[in-house]
Amino acid sequence: MSTSSHRRIDAAGLVIALVLFVLAGLAWWDMTGLQILSPYDLGPKVMPIIVSAGLALLAVGNAVSAFRGDLPARDSLDWRPIILILGGLAALFVLIQIGGGFILGTALLFAATSTAFGRRAFLVDFLIGLALAVLVYLLFSKLLALSLPTGPLERLL
Amino acid sequence: MEAFMSLGHGLTVAIQPMNLLFALIGVLLGTAVGVLPGIGPALTVALLLPITFKLDPAGSIIMFAGIYYGGMYGGSTTAILINTPGESASMATALEGNLMAKAGRGGPALATAAIGSFVAGTIATLGLTLLAPYLVDIAVSFGPEDYFALMCVAFVTVSATFGDSPVRGLTSLFIGLLLGLVGIDILSGQSRLSFGVPELYDNIEVTTLAVGLFAVGEALYVASRRHIHEEKLEAVRGSLWMTREDWKRSWKPWLRGTLYGFPIGALPAGGAEIPTFLSYATEKRLTKHPEDFGKGAIEGVAGPEAANNAAAAGTLVPLLTLGLPTSATAAMMLAGFQQYGLNPGPLLFADRPDLVWGLIASLFIANAMLLVLNLPLVGLWVRLLAIPQPWLYAGILVFATMGTIAANPSPVELMMLTVFGVLGFLMRRFDFPIAPVVVGLILGPVAESQLRRALSISLGDPMVLLQSPISATLLFIALVALVAPFFLKGLGRFKAVED
Repeated sequence: MSTSSHRRIDAAGLVIALVLFVLAGLAWWDMTGLQILSPYDLGPKVMPIIVSAGLALLAVGNAVSAFRGDLPARDSLDWRPIILILGGLAALFVLIQIGGGFILGTALLFAATSTAFGRRAFLVDFLIGLALAVLVYLLFSKLLALSLPTGPLERLL
Repeated sequence: MEAFMSLGHGLTVAIQPMNLLFALIGVLLGTAVGVLPGIGPALTVALLLPITFKLDPAGSIIMFAGIYYGGMYGGSTTAILINTPGESASMATALEGNLMAKAGRGGPALATAAIGSFVAGTIATLGLTLLAPYLVDIAVSFGPEDYFALMCVAFVTVSATFGDSPVRGLTSLFIGLLLGLVGIDILSGQSRLSFGVPELYDNIEVTTLAVGLFAVGEALYVASRRHIHEEKLEAVRGSLWMTREDWKRSWKPWLRGTLYGFPIGALPAGGAEIPTFLSYATEKRLTKHPEDFGKGAIEGVAGPEAANNAAAAGTLVPLLTLGLPTSATAAMMLAGFQQYGLNPGPLLFADRPDLVWGLIASLFIANAMLLVLNLPLVGLWVRLLAIPQPWLYAGILVFATMGTIAANPSPVELMMLTVFGVLGFLMRRFDFPIAPVVVGLILGPVAESQLRRALSISLGDPMVLLQSPISATLLFIALVALVAPFFLKGLGRFKAVED
């Protein structure tokens, strides 16, 4: 596996190392704001210190891997389905925020995901998603008494 | 003999009609999610956590265990018929199993997997029954520093020792530990890493993290690679039944697989993958039909499948006796105990023997149910694979978001689910293991409370960790397990050994 092309500096690996380093800093900064209640030990600070130090070390470790090009080979990436699924989740988020309810949102998510997986029948899938959402909504809210965000459709049921 | 008395008592709990029903629901769900690609037992338990919150603890934990066992059975079906193992522990089964299916011997392959799983599951559950009381006796003498050291061993073995890369495994673990810090610290009442967001004060929901990483992350990953390969389902052709020859070639691999699976699962040594590949390698070496390997040898299915199930049962030993999860599913089961305020460990054996022994007894029942469900009804399960992939993943996402929002009806929860989904996608893409994140989130706070208890007893002197002989030994083991993969490059290559 150690061909010469494999041994290039991996930019994505460096970004991962950087993110870990930022997380380590964040955990450390958050730790400094904590109060110690007992005069003897570090109490709530102990674990953040361990985690922060560990993350900083691992940032170095990941950076070394990136410089040595040790990251596993990656396949080409199709961005369209990712955007579709994340878009579906965003639509659900917005619909809940503006009071459009849960059922419409999940139906949209269903249709968006199935389009992401190559289906070409958005309207049909939207209706299937709608039926599934109604079913699950009834199961959750009526049978299990769990509360889900409501909108116009939910009030009809 | 005391163990059998307790087991007998547990049996009276397990055969209560409601608990039998929970076990049945568990094994049905478990087999279904094991068969379906894209969802595993860990995700299923995660989704069920908010739903089962109001149910009887014994019943829902029996159900979770049924899901765990069922997932192991179902995973082999997918591995054999479409060569896409539902979970990593079925990878070894896929090697010879799919070849057998292609050669028209899918029936016997499924049969040897199911019967082998039953044999191994039963022997290993018996092992659990006999071993648990001893471990409980030992664990009673553990102080907080010893528990902390023990958790360090589990952290290292789960993340670093047997993975592809110790650095990436530990990175996953520390991300989990970091997420475990978020929220109000119970001992001091101060909030950590919450940034004034009220939803973060109550800690990060295990369900949200697990569903994000497993369901959303998996959907994003599979969707983004859909253009690369298509899956092909092999029809089950020929007789379902094993011939006398098949039996003769299967029974020894079953027993050998069990011998690998149970101890490795019971030691906190990181999941079921290692014993399955060890078993595969052993059967390949010992077989009287070496010419069959590479063309579909039944030994190559019987051994790893037995090892797989024995390891699953073995994982329950540290989980129940020490509260130590060593796989993602075991970690989710620990979260299942925690949501009822129950902490697995020696105290639970003393306080709630009905629950613990009822659970163990129900494992025997679940195993028998699974044999019946999987042998004659395998054709039914295979039908599940006919669900078109777009609808399958769309359905998974709908259930995933519903489960998350039902647990915590807030838009912030949905946003976190999406963020964890993207994290899960990136981790898959860059080959970071997922399970250590979940283990870190669930076990991290437990480890922290033990560490702080130890430190407050010692008045802040960290040397307490080295003064207890048990703790010092365990920390030494953790250190060896941490350092070994850097020197023994071969250790992490169990997974790739037969590629």
